[in-house]
Amino acid sequence: MSAIVTARGLGKQYRRRWALQDCSLEVPVGRVTGLVGPNGAGKTTLLSLMVGILTPTVGTIEVCGGRPAADASQLAKVGFVAQDTPTYAGLTVADHLRLGAHLNPRWDDAAAHRRVERLGLDPHQKAGQLSGGQRAQLALTLGLAKRPELLILDEPVASLDPLARREFLQVLMEAVAEDEISVLLSSHVVSDLERVCDHVVVLVDSQVRVAGDVEELLATHHRLSGPRREPSTLPADQQVVWASHTDRQSTYVVRTRSPILDPAWSVSALGLEDLVLAYMEGPASVTPASTGLEVLR
Amino acid sequence: MIEFSLDSRSGVSPYLQVVHQVRRALRLGLLVEGDQLPTVKDVVASLAINPNTVLKAYRELERDGLVAARPGVGTFVTRTLADSSLAAHEPLRRDLARWLGQARSAGLDEESIEALFMSTFRDVNEDIA
Repeated sequence: MSAIVTARGLGKQYRRRWALQDCSLEVPVGRVTGLVGPNGAGKTTLLSLMVGILTPTVGTIEVCGGRPAADASQLAKVGFVAQDTPTYAGLTVADHLRLGAHLNPRWDDAAAHRRVERLGLDPHQKAGQLSGGQRAQLALTLGLAKRPELLILDEPVASLDPLARREFLQVLMEAVAEDEISVLLSSHVVSDLERVCDHVVVLVDSQVRVAGDVEELLATHHRLSGPRREPSTLPADQQVVWASHTDRQSTYVVRTRSPILDPAWSVSALGLEDLVLAYMEGPASVTPASTGLEVLR
Repeated sequence: MIEFSLDSRSGVSPYLQVVHQVRRALRLGLLVEGDQLPTVKDVVASLAINPNTVLKAYRELERDGLVAARPGVGTFVTRTLADSSLAAHEPLRRDLARWLGQARSAGLDEESIEALFMSTFRDVNEDIA
C-alpha cells in the first residue's frame, strides 16, 4: 500500500492536555478513506496536523511526500474543507471563485464555474444567504477546483439534512471518479461513510483501533451467537473484537480469515457501522458503553 | 439500461450487491448480450457511492466472462445467464402467486410466509444435495 499520509508517533499538546497522543497511521493513495471516531478522539487535531494548521508537539507526519504546509507547492497539493464547511458570509459566490483563482496556482476556473452552474448557485448571491447544503457545496467546489492531490474534509456532512448530505456525497464521488484524487474525510456518523469509503481508520482516544479496506474488514468479521462460552475456548485464529454475555448466551464479534465451522454458533455478517461500534466498545464491554457515536437508523 | 439500488442494512458489501443485481438481471433476461451497463460515473452520481466499488464489481463480472469493457465507450454484456428455463418462469411465477394467495387466506402474515418458504427451501435443497 503506498501512502499519501504517514504519521508516526504523532502527538499534540495544548498546555497540559494532550489532544492527540502517540498516533501512527497511513492513508492509502487514490482511495476514499474514512476517519471515524467518537467526538474527542482527536480527529480534528489529526486533520489540522495533516493540513499544517497545527504543528506536532512530538512525532512526524508526512503528506504527499512532504511536511504539511512547508512551502507553496506543498500547500497546493492538499485541499482542506474545515468543519461546518466555512465560507465568507459577506462575499458572493463569484467572489469566492475569484478568490480561489488568485490564491491557488493549480486552480481550474472552468471546472469551478461549471460546478457552480450545475449546482444552480446564483453567482451574485452572498454566501451568508445560502442554505447549509449550498454553502457546503460551495466549499466543496473551492476544494475541488484547487485540484489537490489529497482532499481532506472534516465532518463535511454532519450539519446537513439527509438530502443535502446525499447531494454533497454524490458530487464528491463524481469528482473522485473524474479526477482520481485521494480523499480523507472524517465523520462520527458511520452510515454516511459506508457507501463512499473504501478504506476506513477507526480512531479512539487518539489511537488507531483498526484500519483497513472496507471489503476486507467486512469479509473477515463475523458476529457469533450461541450458548455461553468463555473466550479462551475459541479457536486461536479468531480474534475477539467485542463480546457480550448473559448467564446462558454469548455473543462475539470476531475477526478471522478462516470459515466459522462450529455448528453451535449462529453466524451473521456485520455492516460497517456495527463493525466500527464493536471496535469502539472493545472486548471488555458487557453493557454497551456510551461512545458518543451517533447512530442513524 | 438497468438501475442499481443499495440496501445498506443487508450486511452485503455494496460491490457484491452490484454484482448480484447484474447477475439477476442477466438471469431474468432484463439484460442481454450487447446491452450497456450504466457508466461508472452514472452509478456514482445516482447512488453516491465510491467509484472503486463500481469498478470492482464490473471487474469481477468481466472476470466471470459476463461483460467486457470497451475503453472510452463503456461496459457491455457479452453473455447472458438466461437459459432455456426462462420460458418456465412465467407459469412458475403464476403457481407461486397462487400459493402466496392461499398462504394469506390461511392467515399467514409476511413473516410466517417468508419463514415457511425459507425453511422449505433449505429442506428441499438438503434433500437434493
